[in-house]
Amino acid sequence: MKFLRIMLIFGVSFLVAGQALAVDVRAVVFRIDYPTLAPISRFDLLPEDVGFAGAQLAQEDNMTTGQFLGHSYTLKTVGVAPQEADAAFDALLAEGETLIIVMANAPDLLRLSDRAGNGVLLLNATARDTTLRDDQCRANTLHVAPSRAMLTDAVAQFAMWKRWPRWFMIHGSNPADQLLAASYRTSASKFGAKIVEEREFADTGGSRRTDTGHVLVQKQIPVFAQDAKDHDIVIAADESDVFAPYLPFHLWTPRPTMGSAGLRPVSFHPAHEAWGATQFQRRFEALTGRYLREEDYQVWLSLRVIGEAVTRTGSNDVATLRGYILSDAFELAAFKGVAVTFRNWNGQMRQPILLYDGRITVSVSPQDGYLHQRSPLDTLGLDDPESACTAFD
Amino acid sequence: MHHLFLTTALVAALATPAFANKVFVTNEKGNTVSVLDSDTWEVIKEFEAGHRPRGITISPDGKLLYVAASDDDQVKVFDTDTYEELYSLPSGPDPEQFVLNPTGSPLYIANEDDNLVTVTDTDSHMVLAEIPVGVEPEGMALSPDTKWVVNTSETTNMAHFISTDDYKIKHNVLVDQRPRYARFTDDGTLLFVTSEIGGTVSVIGIAEDGTPTLKTKIGFGLPGVLPEWLQPVGVRVTTDDKWAFVALGPANRVAVIDVEKLEVVKYILVGQRVWQMAFTPDEKYLITTNGNSNDVTVIDVADQTAIKSIQVGQQPWGVVVAPD
Repeated sequence: MKFLRIMLIFGVSFLVAGQALAVDVRAVVFRIDYPTLAPISRFDLLPEDVGFAGAQLAQEDNMTTGQFLGHSYTLKTVGVAPQEADAAFDALLAEGETLIIVMANAPDLLRLSDRAGNGVLLLNATARDTTLRDDQCRANTLHVAPSRAMLTDAVAQFAMWKRWPRWFMIHGSNPADQLLAASYRTSASKFGAKIVEEREFADTGGSRRTDTGHVLVQKQIPVFAQDAKDHDIVIAADESDVFAPYLPFHLWTPRPTMGSAGLRPVSFHPAHEAWGATQFQRRFEALTGRYLREEDYQVWLSLRVIGEAVTRTGSNDVATLRGYILSDAFELAAFKGVAVTFRNWNGQMRQPILLYDGRITVSVSPQDGYLHQRSPLDTLGLDDPESACTAFD
Repeated sequence: MHHLFLTTALVAALATPAFANKVFVTNEKGNTVSVLDSDTWEVIKEFEAGHRPRGITISPDGKLLYVAASDDDQVKVFDTDTYEELYSLPSGPDPEQFVLNPTGSPLYIANEDDNLVTVTDTDSHMVLAEIPVGVEPEGMALSPDTKWVVNTSETTNMAHFISTDDYKIKHNVLVDQRPRYARFTDDGTLLFVTSEIGGTVSVIGIAEDGTPTLKTKIGFGLPGVLPEWLQPVGVRVTTDDKWAFVALGPANRVAVIDVEKLEVVKYILVGQRVWQMAFTPDEKYLITTNGNSNDVTVIDVADQTAIKSIQVGQQPWGVVVAPD
């Protein structure tokens, strides 16, 4: 079994007179390292410490807070190849680990959730599949990563706020791209947009970055995109990172691109400054020497969810923490302007989605005017009546 | 007639100095301080004040202006007459809010990036202490008896009570998400702590020996304003301890709290993203900084109404009024 990296940080706790008893909280970040192709942009190269770096910052934050309460935190980070995942995960369970942040794809996450059973709480930091919040939900698994439904709803609300309801959708041919395209179809009908035309950009396995790549792109993309029905925007559904970045300046008809390129829905990005985020970015950069990625933010946030629940309950008991996290009393500041909380019908974290152009926060969804009887955040993703999840009943 | 006119003019001339105070406003994005006259409410000067000036206070004699130049990692000190930069004080990295001992020294400074409170002697310019606190220290308050300096940490969500004798934390009180600011009543029996994301003001009772106990939390609600926008930030309490004014950030309102009943009695509409506030020494007026509309609003304290807004520099953050 090959562990890419195992990091243990032990907390030193000192008690402040008259305060709670010592509590030690152990958490694991479990990352499955899938083989990946080189990204289209080298800005998207995966750092080796992706996710773990966010964990390290959260560990420091939790420890700093915990020292005033007699709470200490122990963090372990585990990175494994897919074929070794089950054995490594079982070893963690055998060691008695009960709080596990998972960075894995949906099928792997589901299998791990079922292996873990009820005495363990998993926090899904990266898998976006809406089905995990729907008929495939698990009572022992909370979702900090936004679902595809939340991300595509965030784009749809912005497009409708702009009064750009006619969409030309270009989607990839891989399963994740198809799921994303389906999510855009749902969002379009939810918010009253119309997909006037769809085209599939087949992943034929061509070379992505060659010396002459841009020449071919400049000739091929306009031809691919010509003669589409009248549209206000182009929606790119390309989770596989095959073509979307080529669209914005190569379309036949000059239209804004949204989705996988152009204006992208993200949980967080390294240029975000509003709501005190600057100091969060600075702390991350000082600690890691690089810019933050979404995965880092989502892992940081997962561990902060645990930290906040421990701070408020004074407990490290899984059932107590899970109950508190899903209760109305739970709220957590996450540098996005409003408190993040959890949906008690499927374990999904409610959170604003940032719309990012690669340089700045262009907008934040939910958009003004999208109201909900519970919280405007519930206009993004699966609402209670829409979710087939029953594990949380 | 001629004689009467002269008399009036003479009285006005004599009276003016007693009522006019300089009002200093830090402009976070503009890198300047705007100076207003509290009689005419006109901007009389705008001067360079370092990078990202935020926290601002003034010496008890009104001669020295302290400005936290956050991106310069120092506190700059200006002459309040000439607006000349005299020197800077070591502050630790990224100073944001601070509070000055009423004797004029030391200055207690929150260092947001380093989870520290730095105590700096304003005479010797020496750092007296560095106190480790929670994550993202922000609000700073000093008890009226100067025995306690309180720091709020935004990610840890606590008010830390630091003894000014030995600079050690003696008490911690958990409050709601992102505590931004803390302010004691004049009699020292209550401490108000605002939680920006929690949307509440925690009211902490202070016992004779300084032991804090959370009494209650005050929430806000206003028809036509999303609850998410009601984000309390700055606080000021009248010296008779009757009224507390709470700036509500993006709700563009200042809430008025009846301190005896601990209830919100009124909301005053001001400029956009109202942040910090300061009274004139006679407490006739309260000046609010409005970060998004680049202005300050003047509130008539007795009437609890906004009477005027004045354009200042880019993204006004903090405000202090010179003493009489």
